[in-house]
Amino acid sequence: MPDDTPNGHHATAASEMRANGEAATRDAKPGRRIGGSAGTSSSGGHELSFGDAWEYAPAPESTKVEIADRYGHFIDGKFTRPGATFATINPATEKKLAEVGLGAKQDVNRAVRAARAALPKWAGLKPSERSKYMFRIARRIQERARELAILETMDGGKPIKESRDIDIPLVAQHFFYNAGWADKLHYAFPGRAAGTVKPVGVCGQIIPWNFPLLMAAWKIAPAIACGNTVALKPAETTPLTALRLAEIFEEVELPAGVVNIVTGDGSTGQALAEHEDLDKLAFTGSTEVGKILARTAAERGIRITLELGGKSPNIIFDDAAIDQAVEGIISGIYFNQGHVCCAGSRLFVQEGIVDEVVAKLRIRMQSLRVGDPLDKNTDVGAINSKMQLERIEEYLEIGASEGVDVWSANGSLPDRGYFCRPCFFTGVQQSHRLAQEEIFGPVLAVMTFRTPDEAIVRANNTPYGLAAGIWTEKAAKIFDVATRLKAGIVWCNTYNKFDAASPFGGFKESGFGREGGLQGLKPYVRL
Amino acid sequence: MPGRLDIVKTYKLYVNGAFPRSESGRSLKVTNTDGAVIAHISHASRKDLRDAVAGARKAACGWGRRTAYNRGQILYRMGEMLEGKSDEFAQVLKSTTGENLRVCRKEVATSVDRLIAFAGWADKYAQVLGCNNPVAGPYYNFTVPEPTGVVAVMAPDEPALLGLVSLVAPALCAGNAVVALGSEEHPIATSLFGEVCATSDVPAGALNLLTGKREELAGWFAEHRDIDAIHGANLEDELATKLRCGASENVKRVTVREVDDDAWLEPAECESPWWIEPFVEMKTIWHPTGA
Repeated sequence: MPDDTPNGHHATAASEMRANGEAATRDAKPGRRIGGSAGTSSSGGHELSFGDAWEYAPAPESTKVEIADRYGHFIDGKFTRPGATFATINPATEKKLAEVGLGAKQDVNRAVRAARAALPKWAGLKPSERSKYMFRIARRIQERARELAILETMDGGKPIKESRDIDIPLVAQHFFYNAGWADKLHYAFPGRAAGTVKPVGVCGQIIPWNFPLLMAAWKIAPAIACGNTVALKPAETTPLTALRLAEIFEEVELPAGVVNIVTGDGSTGQALAEHEDLDKLAFTGSTEVGKILARTAAERGIRITLELGGKSPNIIFDDAAIDQAVEGIISGIYFNQGHVCCAGSRLFVQEGIVDEVVAKLRIRMQSLRVGDPLDKNTDVGAINSKMQLERIEEYLEIGASEGVDVWSANGSLPDRGYFCRPCFFTGVQQSHRLAQEEIFGPVLAVMTFRTPDEAIVRANNTPYGLAAGIWTEKAAKIFDVATRLKAGIVWCNTYNKFDAASPFGGFKESGFGREGGLQGLKPYVRL
Repeated sequence: MPGRLDIVKTYKLYVNGAFPRSESGRSLKVTNTDGAVIAHISHASRKDLRDAVAGARKAACGWGRRTAYNRGQILYRMGEMLEGKSDEFAQVLKSTTGENLRVCRKEVATSVDRLIAFAGWADKYAQVLGCNNPVAGPYYNFTVPEPTGVVAVMAPDEPALLGLVSLVAPALCAGNAVVALGSEEHPIATSLFGEVCATSDVPAGALNLLTGKREELAGWFAEHRDIDAIHGANLEDELATKLRCGASENVKRVTVREVDDDAWLEPAECESPWWIEPFVEMKTIWHPTGA
């Protein structure tokens, strides 16, 4: 966070804070309006302020989850004895949760070998039986949902209400949905007879840390539904829930080798991507790494699907329902600390309503609770890692150096852990790096436009094309704008909605291939 | 003299989430292959049918509006519950049909698999049957399937369980409420299936099961104005014609299938989306795309 507030401002900032009815426990950098002019609510919104009358009582999730000291990989249906390991920490406390296997080349080799060996039987299994294994997985996920949610929150920092109400239910849904496709694949691809839709083979899958278990489900479920086998590498900072999923595979007696999980860092991912015996690569992560993997796949002549970065526009027209739109802005960019590839990180507001929208946004942001991810009241949890926090802070400095105004709500941050106050920049220009580059944090760039045509041109002016949001009460405008936006997902009067039945994936440098829905099967079949 | 007298189950109808006897007070004898009476079963009347349709109509809206995912989960739950009662079903089928136990078990297992297959279809058939239409103008135009409403099922005599399940599941999966008349010759499986539904989170009225005589009820099925579609299989020609003629009164959709004995066991035959399609209405929505 750039701090061009001189020390002398502390007193002022603190009193301003009290006026807003917020308490600070950590640092004296509240007020959080750096540069800029307007105070809290200049026009538009009305604020309910109760002063210091009521404090939120903490509502910590109390269920305890067992975590082993050390974890091996899950290869050929068994957990390996841990060799070289690395620590995975809780980003909210900076405390170590467990030691996890640091996958080396030989681990990757064994995983791919196991997947190769399991392929003929799995691909040859009666499709309805494949389907039943997956239904079993879905059911066990539902039964162990609370445990998975807590672990996801501990390992990754996301608020428990998100992991509990969004991530884990979607994980179960992805297995449930794809389970049903296993015996129906020929109906998904017109003109194909039963039994002619074949799997691609052994799939190497590399997933990110923002939705650790959900990304595993997005990758594994369609792959195994279509008869493929898998070697999956979870993200370095969030390996624990994938290993829990491996336990579920054991419990439901999924045949050995169908899914293998090798934990590790970038080098493990590289070893997997470069493995000679893969038939397909699937990657979710940064565009930068995606391009490297695309080259790797090209050299090997294997298939690849990429779900990469984004800088998605969220467009608010002056005929929008403003209060709902403000909620949409919040869920668009501050959901999951902004660690969302499709986050609505570029806000385009039609000129006439910008003051009102920004004022309401400020009020709304003051009630966002940042803090302990395991607290059920928490809206914004911990940044996933120290590295990511530093990266976000670097962008905040870039913003300051580009001369734009930043604003963030007051409020305390925990003493430990990686936390970042949600904030937004106003006065952002198209050429600013804040408007061009994916930050992957709770940082919003606010821009204005005059006409729909201008909004569309500017929204499309990015190498990315993952998602977009449109807010207007005029349905014809929705369809017009949605048709002209170059994005794989267009949310109209809503944002950040996900469903196993709905395909996800981007245009342009946001990648290719879709995950979820009927189209999500295509990357995993040979036609 | 035996140490303990067996408690014999009374088989009743399954209507609107409850297990009533026929309002007519009638019952039918069920005999085993030796001709010995092994049970009595409710003999549904015209009034029972009307009660069932009233319940179905009431439930149809809510059932149809549940998410497809939720309907899929409930069908899956039905599969789970049926699996748990496999032995009871197999024994009942054996005693009334005279088939050997292996064949009966196979019928029950296939019935479970059929429920699972349609559980899977619940959140997919719209993706296979619906579409977006590239009309020649500035319009967004798409076609989505919606449930037809109340579907009446006339199950074949055999296979008593699998026939019923195969005809009911696709209609239910698409969000229709169902009133089904089970096998006349081997009706116990139908009554037992009610116990599966009652313990599977199927909302009251979404599925109603009657036992009785086809010939007696067919005319009422055909003419009932609050039944929107009929799904039957292996019905006598005369009966099928009677259904179609009566159905013309309120333009019911009538699907009467011919399914061979072996074909009932075949997923390719009985688990296709074309078993669902007759029980959806295609709705096409136009919307301008101009700003």
